[in-house]
Amino acid sequence: MSNRKLNMKDKYRLLTRDLEWEYSYQDYEEIFKQESFEGIKITDWSKWEDPFRLTMDSYWKYQAEKEKKLYAILDAFAQNNGQQNVADARYVNAIKLFLTGVSPLEYQAYNGFAHVGRQFGGVGARVACQMQSLDELRHVQTQIHAMSHYNKHFDGFQDFAHMHDRVWYLSVPKSFFDDARSAGPFEFMVAIGFSFEYVLTNLLFVPFMSGAAYNGDMATVTFGFSAQSDEARHMTLGLEIIKFMLEQHPDNVPIVQRWINKWLWRGYRVLTLVAMMMDYMLPNKVMSWQESFEVYFEEAAGSLFKDLARYGIEMPNYAADAIAEKEHLSHQAWGIFYNYGHAAAFHTWMPTDQEMDWLSEKYPNTFDKYYRPRYEEWRKMEEAGERFYNPTLPMLCQTCQIPMGFTDMENPTMTSYKQSVYDGERYNFCSTGCKDIFDHEPEKYVQSWLPVHQIYQGNCGGAEMEDVLGEYYKMNLGADNLDFKGSPDEARWNAWHNLEPAEDKLKKAS
Amino acid sequence: MAVAAIVENYVGERLDRVENFHGNQILYIGWDNHLFFCAPIALPVPPDMPFSKVVEELIPGAFSQHQDFSKIDWNAVQWHLNGESFSPSMDAALADQGIDHKSILRFSTPGLDGIKGSGS
Repeated sequence: MSNRKLNMKDKYRLLTRDLEWEYSYQDYEEIFKQESFEGIKITDWSKWEDPFRLTMDSYWKYQAEKEKKLYAILDAFAQNNGQQNVADARYVNAIKLFLTGVSPLEYQAYNGFAHVGRQFGGVGARVACQMQSLDELRHVQTQIHAMSHYNKHFDGFQDFAHMHDRVWYLSVPKSFFDDARSAGPFEFMVAIGFSFEYVLTNLLFVPFMSGAAYNGDMATVTFGFSAQSDEARHMTLGLEIIKFMLEQHPDNVPIVQRWINKWLWRGYRVLTLVAMMMDYMLPNKVMSWQESFEVYFEEAAGSLFKDLARYGIEMPNYAADAIAEKEHLSHQAWGIFYNYGHAAAFHTWMPTDQEMDWLSEKYPNTFDKYYRPRYEEWRKMEEAGERFYNPTLPMLCQTCQIPMGFTDMENPTMTSYKQSVYDGERYNFCSTGCKDIFDHEPEKYVQSWLPVHQIYQGNCGGAEMEDVLGEYYKMNLGADNLDFKGSPDEARWNAWHNLEPAEDKLKKAS
Repeated sequence: MAVAAIVENYVGERLDRVENFHGNQILYIGWDNHLFFCAPIALPVPPDMPFSKVVEELIPGAFSQHQDFSKIDWNAVQWHLNGESFSPSMDAALADQGIDHKSILRFSTPGLDGIKGSGS
């Protein structure tokens, strides 16, 4: 045996395409049972272009180097009490939202890619999906490690995985991924590989990572950097699967177009959480949601869909609805969380005067007209010792599961109500996008686990809200939930920095 | 095809069928132009409950924290049921006037359009 070192090209071929063999005693359809039921026609898998060009041994080496750097920085962050150096304790609530709402999606992505990495007949696609699957597992691990330090000093981090499976607003990202993972392998790739990882990823990661950088959170910035080169590979896979399907057969075009329409809308609805994080939860603002949406969606997706036009793919039909909402989305979302701040595992608050002025400047057409009056009233109630909490559970959209807080863009003070009747039962939706998704596959979405209905069916602990929140969601009531003002987080922060709560200052002055 | 599935004629479990609510049905109530309440509310109610209870108990329980609430002229209130104009009968049961499971009941209060007329 020669001990000649293989060149990269040979090594790559041997460790990817050469792993395949001819199937001699089993039918192809038996081995790849899920490849055809969605209606996608593949005539020649050899046309697949491998997006990663990376072998497993170099992958391990490369990732191990990144890990070493990451954990060195995380150690330094912990030793230097990095938690005390963030811009303001309110900032940490953005990280709570990330850990409970986004990190578990990395785990779902790991599961999802591992699954589809078995389902495709083409070995190139299988290897790429398996590699992305490993990336996703690494991401969830590094995120948990990075944020575990905050868990020692702030409330709301302790049961993130449990909460992800149960808490009402976390059913929004959870059900998004459950929907993708219970679809066929090609739809999963359009949902996660293309729509989420390629088109929408910058709207999710850039705001969180820049937000972390602007607010002194080195731990989060570091895991962001460590994931960045992986994300670049994932985008290549997302684009490859789309181009491959479209080039394989013209019958695939309308199916792919419908999936793109659906998944960009589903993904955009999940990003509602990011919109409010950017405009309300970052003490040092990066840019407004509207600005971010214009750069990363309208401009970037606009040019992407120009490229895809040669395959007969058009801009998704709900893009116009998303664009119409850009001056409203974050405010409506923060209104929902302020209303139900007693039932959230992070803190909410009214913006300061300075923050309100920033919102007026960034949203000149909408903020003063529609949202400032509401906030001034809530603030007045708060000052009178009657901080407003909505006493009744909200109506949810059957598809995206978000409380029905979105309005009709032609009449922005009117709730947007859409309804379908299917098999003798009413189903309600927040938007045309969500209604169309249901109408196309009602047998899937009749199964939506809507947190409000589950509470009323008695499936979430006892009859009292305290039982649901404390026992079933495992929130530490009085610590994890309620307004930031008066929270243990605020008290600890003030003690670290020798600050007085605003209320005590007032008392002394009078 | 009501869903793309690996089995033929896949049927999903209806998670919110009325039988699951222990004798109640779900009623959604929204107050137009009062987004101080971020979304319409959801409540489990007995189908044989008279409509008067909606006005006398459910709506005040949910919406009375708003400064407009005490100013409502209930004779002038306009109702919509599942998007259609609706004239409720106070004494009749919900089920007997077409208010079925997961129905949306909206009310608008002419002249009262939220804080400083902002729809809040």
